[in-house]
Amino acid sequence: MGMTITEKVLAAHAGLKEVAPGQLINCKVDIALANDITAPISIQEFKKAGATKVFDKEKVALVPDHFAPNKDIDSANQVKLVREFALEQNLTHFWDVGRMGVEHTLLPEQGVVGPGDLVIGADSHTCTYGALGAFASGVGSTDLAAAMITGEAWYRVPETMLFNLKGKPAKWITGKDVILYIIGKIGVDGALYKAMEYTGAGAGHLSLDDRLTICNMAIEAGAKNGIFTPDEKTKAYVEGRFKRTPKYYASDADAKYCERTDIDLSTMELQVAFPHLPSNTRAISKVGTVKVDQVVVGSCTNGRYSDLKIAADLIRGKKVAKGVRMIVIPATQDIYRQAMKDGLLEAFIDAEAVVSTPTCGPCLGGHMGILGAGEKALTTTNRNFVGRMGHRTSEVYLAGPAVAAATAILGKISSPEEVQ
Amino acid sequence: MSKKILKGKAHMFGADVDTDAIIPARYLTTIDPVELAKHVMEDADPEFPKKVKAGDMIVAQKNFGCGSSREHAPIAIKGARVSCVIAKSFARIFYRNAFNMGLPIFESADAPDRIKPGDELEVDMNTGVIKNLTRNESYQANPIPPFMQQLIEAGGLMASIKKKMGAN
Repeated sequence: MGMTITEKVLAAHAGLKEVAPGQLINCKVDIALANDITAPISIQEFKKAGATKVFDKEKVALVPDHFAPNKDIDSANQVKLVREFALEQNLTHFWDVGRMGVEHTLLPEQGVVGPGDLVIGADSHTCTYGALGAFASGVGSTDLAAAMITGEAWYRVPETMLFNLKGKPAKWITGKDVILYIIGKIGVDGALYKAMEYTGAGAGHLSLDDRLTICNMAIEAGAKNGIFTPDEKTKAYVEGRFKRTPKYYASDADAKYCERTDIDLSTMELQVAFPHLPSNTRAISKVGTVKVDQVVVGSCTNGRYSDLKIAADLIRGKKVAKGVRMIVIPATQDIYRQAMKDGLLEAFIDAEAVVSTPTCGPCLGGHMGILGAGEKALTTTNRNFVGRMGHRTSEVYLAGPAVAAATAILGKISSPEEVQ
Repeated sequence: MSKKILKGKAHMFGADVDTDAIIPARYLTTIDPVELAKHVMEDADPEFPKKVKAGDMIVAQKNFGCGSSREHAPIAIKGARVSCVIAKSFARIFYRNAFNMGLPIFESADAPDRIKPGDELEVDMNTGVIKNLTRNESYQANPIPPFMQQLIEAGGLMASIKKKMGAN
């Protein structure tokens, strides 16, 4: 019986030849990850259980990124607790302010996660790493505490939905449009408990950054994981970067899928998700007039160099519209440095946008750009729930970097075609 | 499992209640259940933290708990002394977290449509039978899968890990 790539990675980590959907398995984890919001509970549970040492100091990663640099005294105390634990445990993968970045951008960039890995993370967007051909899934802090102690986690093997991507995406279309389109089609629980696997010639046209964005938002469809089969682009990305030996898995031709969907990338329009669900998507041509108060480019979804480049190239020589605040957040220090060298940051600052240090910040209504009552934001982040970025009457619209830059320039949700 | 009946009043919510609605991120600078409970469900119903009473139940439509992995969500609900959550379905991470934290949750296809705000409910933890005392009706929730029952019996995930560590 053939297996999907998800089943193969799970089987390999469970020490089994074969696994099938529905089966409960215990897996060895390659990386266990937490952040400054989730790690404090994990550390508390770790200590309550009487544990003294993590299972492997090379395999536990802690990244204070959500409220860091510390936004207030309470968050400073939470980060302090995480820092002290990381030092006490002598963790290899701990990044503090000045070295840290948004966790799901940082870990692939630094080669900490890679193809064939099984990654457990106390953050729902841990599913990002599926872009590299890993099985990666978010859990709560207690599951993570258990993994920090034992190096193991239990899973129910998910059924897999196959998305066959066809055609070449048109100009401006990025991974964000692909995933928003899919979530709009299947709904916020359209992939509940399932794996979302991407295949087809269209997948080959997508950059690693596109794939990271697509897998990042698998959770927004309720999925357990998103996954791409590694190809030459994956190998090129991983080479010289990944610190362990990559294992490349691919689905068998006779693998079983619970659903198959064709997605045509060539006819896809730019997408915008309206409040208050990521599934509430519209093509850019159907948006109408929506004035905004704030634009954010950043987050684990779209804070990579390619996102900044698209936005900077559109905004260079132009200004952010009057009455609009534009906030740009490079997701890691490496991205920040590169964007600085290449003049992207200058383009933003000249346009009267602000550039922030890496942080999750406003994405989850933490800091660095909170919305007041009734305010509207167009953002490249991942969630537009009620109150997500601030006051409960504020509104969040999700899109990719090109729409974000065009919107900042015109002050209303716009297509990049309108500013070129 | 020992026989256990939960009893309380229903508070109704819609579909896709996300973890930001259950406990907004602006309050995630603490892990204290009592502090978190002061803001539980606040962005869905600002009055909820004031009106919820010990034993009360949250009843919602599909996909309850979607969004982030924050364990603060079940912690805040437990902190408010809510006895259980009944919904048509639960988001994946919330489902896991609820069991790990010892918050009973029940999946039922019909109960969320039949129950009205303020109805008095009784839920049998063992059988998953939900009795509506106000309407004199009963509904069946999906029984808790055996694997999850084992987790609950062991006293939650960490208790079972602790046992394992002791055995080593």
